[in-house]
Amino acid sequence: MSTRVLEFERPIVELEGKIRELKLLLTGGDEGMAAEIERLEKKARELREERYASLSPWEQLQIAKHPDRPYTLDYVGEITSDFCELRGDRAFADDPAIVGGLCRVRGRRLMVMGHQKGRNTKENVLRNFGMARPEGYRKSQRLMKMAERFGLPILCFIDTAGAYPGIGAEERGQAEAIAANLELMASLRVPTISVVIGEGGSGGALAIGLTDRILMLEHSVYSVISPRGCASILWKNAEAEQTAAEQLRMTALDLQNLGICDEIIPETTGGAHRGLTTTAAALEDAIVRHFDELGRIDEPTRTRQRYEKFRRIGHIEKA
Amino acid sequence: MAWWRRKKEPLQNQSPEGKVSVPKGLWSKCEGCGEITYTEELVQNLRVCPVCGHHHVMPTDERIAATMDEGSWVELHADMRSGDPLGFKDQKPYGKRLAAAREKAQREDAFVCGTGRVEGVEVAAGFFAFEFMGGSMGSVVGEKVTRVFEVALERRIPAIVFNASGGARMQEGILSLMQMAKTSAARARLRDAGLPYVSVLLHPTTGGVAASFAFLGDIIVAEPLALIGFAGPRVIKETIGQELPEGFQRAEFLLEHGMIDRIVSRLEMREQLATMLELLGCERERESA
Repeated sequence: MSTRVLEFERPIVELEGKIRELKLLLTGGDEGMAAEIERLEKKARELREERYASLSPWEQLQIAKHPDRPYTLDYVGEITSDFCELRGDRAFADDPAIVGGLCRVRGRRLMVMGHQKGRNTKENVLRNFGMARPEGYRKSQRLMKMAERFGLPILCFIDTAGAYPGIGAEERGQAEAIAANLELMASLRVPTISVVIGEGGSGGALAIGLTDRILMLEHSVYSVISPRGCASILWKNAEAEQTAAEQLRMTALDLQNLGICDEIIPETTGGAHRGLTTTAAALEDAIVRHFDELGRIDEPTRTRQRYEKFRRIGHIEKA
Repeated sequence: MAWWRRKKEPLQNQSPEGKVSVPKGLWSKCEGCGEITYTEELVQNLRVCPVCGHHHVMPTDERIAATMDEGSWVELHADMRSGDPLGFKDQKPYGKRLAAAREKAQREDAFVCGTGRVEGVEVAAGFFAFEFMGGSMGSVVGEKVTRVFEVALERRIPAIVFNASGGARMQEGILSLMQMAKTSAARARLRDAGLPYVSVLLHPTTGGVAASFAFLGDIIVAEPLALIGFAGPRVIKETIGQELPEGFQRAEFLLEHGMIDRIVSRLEMREQLATMLELLGCERERESA
């Protein structure tokens, strides 16, 4: 159960607290009370379902970035077996902001990788808040090339605010590392799926996202720039980030409407952090189904369809 | 008792009102050394300061003229224009921003593509128009870049892109981000076909453009002092909270760190591009003079 409560969740969480208190009082047994509790529980459930079905983009973003939200390794733990982590870019370092390795999902062998955020300060120092440096992208390149050699489908979990903007990252070619990933992923012959599980932030997210299928968890977001960054540039005021979040059209539903997201995977009501197991089960079903579909398409057709998928994206008018 | 007497009359070339009036833009002050040059002379010299060699910003039409052989340039898709797919509105609606940019830059969007010859070598070429919304890449720019690669592939000729961009165009949201994927995928096809692609990095090349086709050239060259990187200096400074080292993210810094092949002066760019392409196996048509 989540320990940190978002502002808009408060009324629901308070109601749930009241119900728990009533239940404690009830240990003596009172039938009228029991009926009342049942009524309140039903109300809380309805309230929750109603509230979470109509979240504003800003509220979606808060859930996507929720400190208790499951991260890549949480899903890897839920849906894979025999996970064998592989590390390092063989050039400079191992970047813990991106994790990856061999695994099985329902018996199928595949290569999995994703951005990894930290759960507390110590972990975040190690994981750099899930903001990868060139080493991270080059590690993912290495793993993708390996997957290609051994005919393993590739699964990528996207969850980052963006690639890390630092001196070392620039010195070692952050732009080149991301660009090389994109070109590589465009020509891979194995089936590829990416799933946005939390924050899909800019080029640092897309760097592992040029895939046959793009799936998104219900409350995840995907955008060209963080609303805060956008606000500080276009509004010249970072405080305008709520407006920017709305303007950017970054929710899963927006991306589905824009023809980019192929499927939205439902989360437990209230967000994945309130029910990892059920969310992971839905995720696993979707992944297996899409890999099965992709597996039935012959290789040249699949690569061509991937090209066409991205080739189509854009809105152009004539003067 | 004075040995000489100072003339009290005003200097002859000074107007009675006091100030000398010079037509605006007749003279240019060099951003590098401060030298005053006759603007026409500076333009003749491709806007490179004749004294210190500083490369000033060059309008796109001048760039095309300086790169392509006379009469060889055929522009393609000049009528492609951005819509406003998200109905985006910041302090100004995107539609209004586009209209203002069209007016200012006198073109439909931030990229010009076409075919022509560079010193006799036939190429598919693209030029960022930085004067149009900072060369930002939205759907139209992404589409036109993709077409440069596709035309090159179709006609079995090399591709050249002159990059100058702040990155993705935020007003087209995720559609802009996905142009990075689209262009990189098109570039991959050109590589598979064994056709050369030279990327020229101009001041400035950052963000989503740097992190896609701009850094995917078989050969990557840059103009002196061009600012090149993924994140802009301001963002980095804010993130790490310290001053950036001298020359950080400049072309010379990237050369030192192994990120680009060469720094090429604008005055030699055309000849060097042709030589590189020739060395990669492209034929140079020699016109009988």
